[in-house]
Amino acid sequence: MSGTQPIKIAILAMGGEGGGVLADWIVDMGEANGYVAQTTSVPGVAQRTGATIYYVELYPEAQAEADGGRPVLALMPLPGDVDVVLASELMEAGRAVQRGLVTADRTTLIASTHRVYSIAEKSALGDGRVDSAELLAHAEKAAKRFVRFDMAQAAAASGSVISAVLFGALAGAGVLPFSRAQFEATIERGGVGVKPSLRAFGAAFARTQGAGEDEKPLPAPAAAPQPRHPAVRALVERVQREFAPALHPVLFEGVRRLIDYQDLDYAGLYLDRMATIAALPADEAHRLQLETARHLALWMSYEDTARVAALKTRASRFDRVRGEAGVEEGQLLAINEYMHPRLQEICETLPGGVGRWLLNAGAPRRLVERLTRKGRVIRTSSLHGYLLLRMVAAARRWRRSTTRYAEENGRIEQWLERIRSTAINHPELAAELAQCQRLVKGYSDTHARGLRNYDTLMAAFQRAGARMAPATLRELRDAALADEQGTRLRELLVRHALT
Amino acid sequence: MAERSFVEEVKKLRLTEGELFRGEGILAVTKALLESGVSYVAGYQGAPISHLMDVLADAQDILAEQGIRFENSASEATAAATLAASVNYPLRGAVTFKATVGTNVASDALANLASGGVTGGALIIVGEDYGEGSSIMQERSHAFAMKSQIWLLDPRPNLPSIVDAVKKGFELSEASHTPVMLQLRIRACHVHGQFVAGANRRADFTLKDALENPQRDVSRIVLPPASFVHEQEKVKERWPAAVRFIEAHKLNEFFSEDADDIGIIVQGGSYNTLLRALERLGLADVYGRTQVPLYVMNVAYPLVDNEVLRFCMGKRAVLVVEEGQPNFVEQNLATILRQAGSPTVLHGKDMLPVAGEYTAAELLKGARAFGERYGRLQPLPVPAPVRKVIPLKEVAQIGVDNAPEPALPLDENVHARPPGFCTGCPERPIFSAMKLVESELGPHHVSADIGCHLFSILPPFNIGNTTMGYGLGGAGAAALNAPAGKRAISMMGDGGFWHNGLTSGIANAVFNQSDNLTIVVDNNYTSATGGQDILSSKAHNPTRSTGHAIERAVRGVGVQWVRTMRRTYDVAGMRDMIKEALTTRQKGPKVLIAQSECMLNKQRREKPLVRKAIAEGKRVVRDKFGVDEDTCTGDHSCIRLSGCPSLSIKTNPDPLRTDPVATVLESCVGCGNCGDVSHAAVLCPSFYKAEIVSNPTGWDRFRQRVRAGVIGWLQRGEAKRRAAYAF
Repeated sequence: MSGTQPIKIAILAMGGEGGGVLADWIVDMGEANGYVAQTTSVPGVAQRTGATIYYVELYPEAQAEADGGRPVLALMPLPGDVDVVLASELMEAGRAVQRGLVTADRTTLIASTHRVYSIAEKSALGDGRVDSAELLAHAEKAAKRFVRFDMAQAAAASGSVISAVLFGALAGAGVLPFSRAQFEATIERGGVGVKPSLRAFGAAFARTQGAGEDEKPLPAPAAAPQPRHPAVRALVERVQREFAPALHPVLFEGVRRLIDYQDLDYAGLYLDRMATIAALPADEAHRLQLETARHLALWMSYEDTARVAALKTRASRFDRVRGEAGVEEGQLLAINEYMHPRLQEICETLPGGVGRWLLNAGAPRRLVERLTRKGRVIRTSSLHGYLLLRMVAAARRWRRSTTRYAEENGRIEQWLERIRSTAINHPELAAELAQCQRLVKGYSDTHARGLRNYDTLMAAFQRAGARMAPATLRELRDAALADEQGTRLRELLVRHALT
Repeated sequence: MAERSFVEEVKKLRLTEGELFRGEGILAVTKALLESGVSYVAGYQGAPISHLMDVLADAQDILAEQGIRFENSASEATAAATLAASVNYPLRGAVTFKATVGTNVASDALANLASGGVTGGALIIVGEDYGEGSSIMQERSHAFAMKSQIWLLDPRPNLPSIVDAVKKGFELSEASHTPVMLQLRIRACHVHGQFVAGANRRADFTLKDALENPQRDVSRIVLPPASFVHEQEKVKERWPAAVRFIEAHKLNEFFSEDADDIGIIVQGGSYNTLLRALERLGLADVYGRTQVPLYVMNVAYPLVDNEVLRFCMGKRAVLVVEEGQPNFVEQNLATILRQAGSPTVLHGKDMLPVAGEYTAAELLKGARAFGERYGRLQPLPVPAPVRKVIPLKEVAQIGVDNAPEPALPLDENVHARPPGFCTGCPERPIFSAMKLVESELGPHHVSADIGCHLFSILPPFNIGNTTMGYGLGGAGAAALNAPAGKRAISMMGDGGFWHNGLTSGIANAVFNQSDNLTIVVDNNYTSATGGQDILSSKAHNPTRSTGHAIERAVRGVGVQWVRTMRRTYDVAGMRDMIKEALTTRQKGPKVLIAQSECMLNKQRREKPLVRKAIAEGKRVVRDKFGVDEDTCTGDHSCIRLSGCPSLSIKTNPDPLRTDPVATVLESCVGCGNCGDVSHAAVLCPSFYKAEIVSNPTGWDRFRQRVRAGVIGWLQRGEAKRRAAYAF
């Protein structure tokens, strides 16, 4: 009996990623170069964004002739019996490991390190992403050899698709008995998008053959701030003078944000507030201070209409959109904003007195409500739309007089007071408390929901007082982000007897 | 227009005697039909045989040359009834559909066909959608073959065997006057391989001959007393004839029959996987030369008693490899052996899983158990217990014969990827609107149907309570029709509507005075099966009659409250219309037709046209959506109301924030759903729509210069003011 084994290759991809093209290339290359080749797959509904496996086997024709037989090739991979696994994405590489297709005695795993997030990761109310480092560690440990780099980026850089990059990496890895010329001839025979495919193939080939796999440039050390404006310099110096060095980066960022959001005085208020927190007992890592500095800056720069209008009209933002939309030389770009200001937001933007009047007025209020029932599309790239938004942005001048400002500042002060009083005896709990600001974010209904959750947590905190364990507060915070209806949060409150 | 064009592949159908065919299994079946001299082919699309229908649709000129009638049947029942042409006339015909759902629909016609029997060869090609990737309930076609007495072929999954099964299938059908079912598993349909082609054959007796010389034979019609005669005929004449044919033509195969006193009986479809397991165990080589005797049943039904007894003669034990349950074959074998007084021990589901797909790993385990039991294999050494250290990941022991179990900790990091709506799918906004209605009126009972729209039951929409079958969304809510504060909602696709939903759902609701709402998703194609045309398709199809509006059909059966939404992307409009249907005082069934073309098909059609227009210097506007990363706060409400593959997340570039922000990927087709949802649900002002104008006109350019001049001047001033405070 012949001991020759077929070459066994599994391709894990998502619908529309060209896994089928890649399998066909391998088969065509095999058949053109003296191999019996077979591939099969289970496409089905996987075409609609699901994950799927293509499986290829190759057997040398000459060997079969010498042995006087036709190889019986399998239609599905046997765990532990796969030579090469190609994965178009990192979680798919993880899936290959999970299914036992990648084994340390024989499998070369070739995978892209980019992520296409799963629906569970995308739809989380906060951060539901899986740690890529975990996936990489699993793959590294499971494979005999793990060839990896960001192939989505490589594909984009050469104006091609990921299957061509994978094909190049497969050639570069040198695990198949075919030469580079044989690989390239296969792409040429395919006859579709040959030039970009060859470009992507070549880049991936070089990348795989080169020693460097995934070398990350070291992050440049943050340069010392160089303020030009004397008042800004004073604020920077105040940070350097009054606060521990560990806090400097966050505080600088906070100051920067609040000058941009409002003005110098507002940034000064931020540092005044932080000074009371810096005076609290701190652990070595200054966790309480760091978390408060971060969340205070975010809370003080709460999202309102004026802020949104300011951000939307900047030149830097126009450039960013230009890049994201892939506008090429000779093409024109128009930018349309989807906005839905309601009575509430309009009143919050108007000067305090006017806003309050409108909110309580009869006919004018109803008129505005009727006018704002539908969302508006504003073309920022037109003169009319741009000037309109600039006008809204100018409402920043009287922001301090608005009802919203009063409400937010009341909440901020209350929050800070809680942090301060808790920190004296329990800095860890205070640090958790500081992070509860994370719940309050977004606009309209999202903001209302976040605020409701925040209030619920604060009420529970009030009830338990210092008896609450930091882990419990953290757990409640995570529960508030588990679902939109607040089901998990309610369950947890009941379990902890906090209702 | 079908999802995939087979124009290139179709050329392979012209290959003639001695030429080498290279391609997919399902294409090989098509070629085999041409070589068998069929006169007509019909079917209903669905995985995994959609390609067979699409190939035939693209091969109509070849079919015409051969004088073959090709029908896109309205349903599987229609397809099966089409085989009636082979009852009286020596016409060979083939029909195809997905099993077992298609077989369910077709069973009335199949039973009548099988009762009366056939004159010309009648072949039913069923794509067995079983195991990994299947989208239907897990059942076997085998039961249908047994109950109606239709012979069932399950050939080895390589192209020469499959092609041979088609040709021999027709002969078997004619020899035994019985329809024959050819079962093709999903991997066999898509397997790439080679076979040596034969010449295409034109039927001697044609459809024209039949039409002009009608024949009648009352004894072939299912009506007493003929039906009682048929029952006797089946067992006394047709069955023995079939067995004789199977034996004479060696449809079943024996390998190394006398090599050992144990053996394995395997259905053809599982042969390759079993062989790989035996090879890994050192009991066979890569060419299929086995040390363990094999009896390969390419005919899964009926069993040939003589062959079974011959194989078991002198064997201590046999293992039967039979995928799925119930274990019809195993039971049948037991009867055969018992009645013959055979001492051979029969193993089957005692060593192999009772249910579930027979994967390579499962067959490896089963074959190993069998080999160990009869001393052909040494038991694997029990791995010495290793002291547990807390590892980053547990790597199982390696060795092909000891497949590693998936490591547990990884499970948390690898999420399921359920199928979902494509980028730009017009069905997404329907469910976004339903989500918005749900938040206003509370949850409703939703009777779902089969089709892409069924993805609504998965995250992020989580809409849909039951699904009873294709086109049965309306029927599924029939009982839930009582005086109550809420109405039930039924979903139905245009494919399901024309398949049977018009009668089983809509007409039934009219007749029984239902008060419920049915939403018909009209996207111009049967999209889930690959985008084939149907009656209401807008496309001009030279060989089919299209353009028959669903609204007219619905009004035709007597529905009074009918609304058609011509643009589903109008989320607020959809929401209001659904609300109206659920709250109107008007009695009687409500039907809301939600129209917008399937984006997958639309893009396939329009992309090349747009590229061409741009190349020709015509003014073209492309829309793309985006999210402003500095105003997005990372709540992802937008994703929960959409689930679009192009709407994703990325690391928050803001150094103060940690939650990832939403982002729109390159693949966005600018359908507008993001913007409409953010308006209708009052989400956040982060969405923008970029309009990119290629080949702008002189007026475009002039306007742009003026705008850019003024806006740029203002922006520079603003940036300068900010720069003064920067550090």
